[in-house]
Amino acid sequence: MIARLTRHERQNALIILGLVALMGAVLGLAGRSDPLGWHGLLIVVFAAGLALPVLGALDAPEPTEDRESAYYDDPTRLGILLSMGWAVFGLFMGVWVAALLAWPELTFVDSPWASFGRLRPAHTTGVIFGFGGNALIATSFHVLQRTSRARLSGQLLPWFVLLGYNLFCLLAVTGYFMGITQSKEYAEPEWYADLWLVVVWVAYFLIYILTLARRKEPHIYVANWYYMAFILVVAVLHIINNLAVPVSFGQAKAYSAFSGVQDAMTQWWYGHNAVAFFLTAGFLGMMYYYLPKRAGRPIFSYRMSIVSFWGITFMYLWAGSHHLHYTALPHWVQTLGMTFSVMLIVPSWASAGNALLTLNGAWRKVRDDATLRFMMIAAVFYGLSTFEGSFMAIRAVNSLSHYTDWTIGHVHAGALGWVAMITFGSIYYLVPVMWGRERMHSAALVEVHFWLALLGTLVYVFSMWNSGVIQGLMWRTYDESGSLSYSFVDSLVAMHPYYVARALGGLMFLMGALVGCCNIWMTIRGASVSVPQDDRPADRNADRNLVAGE
Amino acid sequence: MAMTEKDPVTGRETTGHEWNGIKELNTPIPRVVFVFLGLTFAFSLLWWALMPAWPLGASYTRGLLGADHRQDVSRALGAAQRERAAWTQEMESLPYAEIEARPDLMRVVSESGRRLFGDNCAACHGAEGRGGPGFPDLSAQLWLWGGEPETIEETLRVGINSTHEETRYGQMLAFGRDGMLSRPEIASVISFLRAHAQDVGEPDPRDAQGVEAGGAIFAEQCASCHGEDARGLKTAGAPDLTDGYWLYGGDRATLTRTLVNGRQGHMPHWEERLTLAERRILTLYVLGLKPAEGGPDDS
Repeated sequence: MIARLTRHERQNALIILGLVALMGAVLGLAGRSDPLGWHGLLIVVFAAGLALPVLGALDAPEPTEDRESAYYDDPTRLGILLSMGWAVFGLFMGVWVAALLAWPELTFVDSPWASFGRLRPAHTTGVIFGFGGNALIATSFHVLQRTSRARLSGQLLPWFVLLGYNLFCLLAVTGYFMGITQSKEYAEPEWYADLWLVVVWVAYFLIYILTLARRKEPHIYVANWYYMAFILVVAVLHIINNLAVPVSFGQAKAYSAFSGVQDAMTQWWYGHNAVAFFLTAGFLGMMYYYLPKRAGRPIFSYRMSIVSFWGITFMYLWAGSHHLHYTALPHWVQTLGMTFSVMLIVPSWASAGNALLTLNGAWRKVRDDATLRFMMIAAVFYGLSTFEGSFMAIRAVNSLSHYTDWTIGHVHAGALGWVAMITFGSIYYLVPVMWGRERMHSAALVEVHFWLALLGTLVYVFSMWNSGVIQGLMWRTYDESGSLSYSFVDSLVAMHPYYVARALGGLMFLMGALVGCCNIWMTIRGASVSVPQDDRPADRNADRNLVAGE
Repeated sequence: MAMTEKDPVTGRETTGHEWNGIKELNTPIPRVVFVFLGLTFAFSLLWWALMPAWPLGASYTRGLLGADHRQDVSRALGAAQRERAAWTQEMESLPYAEIEARPDLMRVVSESGRRLFGDNCAACHGAEGRGGPGFPDLSAQLWLWGGEPETIEETLRVGINSTHEETRYGQMLAFGRDGMLSRPEIASVISFLRAHAQDVGEPDPRDAQGVEAGGAIFAEQCASCHGEDARGLKTAGAPDLTDGYWLYGGDRATLTRTLVNGRQGHMPHWEERLTLAERRILTLYVLGLKPAEGGPDDS
């Protein structure tokens, strides 16, 4: 990886790492009497750990002049591995917290870090930002280059984005165990980690813009619109929701700029659109490249992809208030959130339909190829969970579903069924391509992973649907005298069998991911990366495709 | 001009663009998409007209139905209260004996009592009211402060050692820690207690030592609260030490801890959290709790 950098670039890398280490040292010293001090130390160790190999290879041979004539895939390769690593960590944490809910006595250490409240965000951050985020960065770099026929912009910038992003994830997860959180769901990290992510994210956006600017295709492919929407909107959401004032520069704790119902509204505008633009738009970008590629079929309808894109982008941003039905939020805001959520079903289903109709003419492949089947099932779950989301956003439905496990089931139908499945499918397509292999080491293991993932998702989602609806009904059942029929504990007792089933479903999903890791390891072991002649960026001087009017 | 081509499967033309081998068909958007866009938008328009929907600076469009979710909640609560008024008034005003004679009211007690107990009491006393070390077993029907319904109602109202101004107050002194009794004296008292109590569990070889001396110490130090006959004193919340029910445990080690360090339990007061009707329902409900068949250890 370092061999592909010139000596000058290696020196620049050292300067950047030095600045990061300095920043860590300042944080560590300022916060030495606070958990922040440990994070300062972590940043220093992280930067030093990266600087050592660069320093060791400072005088290694420089890359040849023709590096510009190949795609820059090293960051994608590392991104795939990091993504799978985070998947195992995040899914394991998920199984752990699921087991804690079923058997609370499993809290085997009487220590704050082992409590549910600290483990649970480690699960959500591990899977959403660790697994999902790394997969998005890795695939977006790959898709961007192939559909632009241009090499990534910058030599260090992609590394800065990938590694800087993982530093953010590390700060987030280690912070939870120490009790560092601003208690905003999916936005738990405190001010310094948030600021760092802004820097990384701006660099990410820059790579996209600069690479697109030198593309050798006349049009920007639809996958790139989605990736761009994901990067841009996540930046806006992240910055606004995390506006906060630190207690001091030596303390991790900060207080939000918003309070009361405004804070809740800002948080769920963020939370809902994190689902929309992180977990939907980004992964739609993934789907629009890898699904037609694997199926060998043209996209069903170019026009439909345009309508869906603008529909999703416009309508999602209004829908966040449906998370706050029947709360202190004014009624009119709830009405807007609900109606936009209802309209949102149309572009969502148009996207899912576009994906499934693309498979017309390739259903035989879907039957035989588990990789393509991962993507097909992902599109089905995307359709399913977007319908469910719109349905649950209706106030009357929400009065039953809110605060119950139905919400958890809905989120996991999307996260396991859609996000994880499209990611695994894309990774199974991408790994042989990236490591110069004809195919994955074992097609049978991909099959095993597929069935474990599908079965695990179904067990999970069905148990949470049952549990959620039962819970919701028990909370609103009155006896003849007009009193509530069930105590809260009664509903907990009723949920127990479903909690056991949910833990088993999650365990199956985790086992599938472990099978995938083994398969990927066997595929890339001993591979020497060689670039096929037909997988190269366009000649930089050739402009044949940039004639206006095409 | 990029070359469009015909897709053999669908018979559609491609758009002529190609990215890394990916092409797109120029399929028109299916009509159903527009139909559903139209339907969902029409529904939204209708809903915006009927409901509070769009902000207007300092105000918002009120909607033709005049709906307001705050008023809805108050109305629903008011209706529920009126519906319950039929029995809540009787539950609050009738003497306990009359309530117990009324099957309709007693059904309310058993139904909503179970739910109220589960939501408010079960966390300490257990779902079946069987308690645990330090938390009284209510199903044993042995009452520290008295088992008349009015007394239990008062205990629920003010709590025990709670923050309520009129709280019941009770404390077992720390005889050992505060130097009132020496260790051998405490051991003698324990032998005396275990010799006179109904159920002391596993016998202990030390039980035979100092029973008489213990009796003398008991009369001097303990009888003022627990009574000469050790049957307890309800006005002080002092437990009956002969009935075989031990709140913290009747073994020598636990009794030693109790005598050395003293005890002071805590029960919250419920006057602010529960209505009078709810507290009276709970009073009758706990009076109806039955011990597990085959003894309290079954749970």
